[in-house]
Amino acid sequence: MPHDHHDHVSPSGHPYRADNDTPLSYWQVMEIAVRELLIEKGEVTSRQVSDQISRMDERSPADGAKVVARAWLDAEFKARLLANGSAAVSEMGFDVGPMHLVVIENTDTIHNLVVCTLCSCYPRNLLGLPPDWYKTREYRSRAVKEPRAVLREFGVELADGVALRVHDSTADMRYIVLPRRPDGTDGMSEQDLANLVSRDAMIGTGLPRDPA
Amino acid sequence: MSVPRPAGTLVRIRAIFPPGHVRTPFYLRGKTGIIERVLSRFRNPEQLAYGLDAPEQQLYRVRFRMAELWGDAAEHPDDTLDAEIYDHWLED
Repeated sequence: MPHDHHDHVSPSGHPYRADNDTPLSYWQVMEIAVRELLIEKGEVTSRQVSDQISRMDERSPADGAKVVARAWLDAEFKARLLANGSAAVSEMGFDVGPMHLVVIENTDTIHNLVVCTLCSCYPRNLLGLPPDWYKTREYRSRAVKEPRAVLREFGVELADGVALRVHDSTADMRYIVLPRRPDGTDGMSEQDLANLVSRDAMIGTGLPRDPA
Repeated sequence: MSVPRPAGTLVRIRAIFPPGHVRTPFYLRGKTGIIERVLSRFRNPEQLAYGLDAPEQQLYRVRFRMAELWGDAAEHPDDTLDAEIYDHWLED
C-alpha cells in the first residue's frame, strides 16, 4: 500500500533515508567535542564558527583565475606576482593569510606541478577547498615519483623538450601555477580570459581551456 | 642570527629520523640539491606544533634533480623537484 501514511515511507511511497546514516569517524567525533567545548566555555560563538565555514565555502578557483587573467594582460602585474605573490594578489583584494604565496610560471619549455606530500597544503584563499584527490596518498606519493604518468592520467601530455618542475609544499609557502596563455586569445577581456582558467590549470594537473 | 646560505649553494639534507611533526619528507633525506631561493624566517613548526618555544628558523627552497631522488627509476632524470627546507635540516 504505497500511499499509506507510515512512519518509514514518504508520501511518494519511498522509504525515508535517515539523516546522517553513516557512523561518525573518530576525528569527526573529536571535532564536534572540541567545537562544543569551545562554545560552552565562551571561547567562540556558534555564529563565528558558521561565519568562518561560510567564508571558506565562498572561496573558489574563480578567485585564482582572476589573478591569472590579470597577469596575462598586465606584464608589470605579472612581474610583481612572480616576485612576491602575496603582495601582488593583495593589490586585487585577496588575502593569503599568514602563508606566503609563490607563483610559478609555465612557459614553452617548463611545466609546473604542485603537491603537498606531507598533508594537504593548498592555496585555499585563492582556490577554495582542495579536491579530494589532492589529499589522497596516491596523488601525494605519485606526483613526486612519477609525475609525468600522473599528468598523462589527467590528460596532459608534455611536448618534447618541456621540463617538468614539481613543487612539494612542505612548509610555509603556498603555490599556484601561472599557466601559459592559450593561443588565439588576443583581444579577449579579463573576465573571458579568467573563464578559461580551470582549477587544475592552477595546480598544474591541467591546462587552460582553448577559447571557443 | 646567522647569514643565510645564498641561492645556488649546494646542500645535503640531513639523514636523520626524528619523530614528530617533521616538515622534511623522508624521500629527501640524505639527498643533495641546490638552494633555489632564500625565503623568510619562520617559527619552527616542529616545535610550534606542540606549543613549545619555537624560535625562528631560516627557510629555503631547495631544488633536486629527479635522478638524485629516484636514480634509474626516475621518469626523466633532468626534471626537478623543489621543496621548502628549514636551515637545521641542511648540511654543506
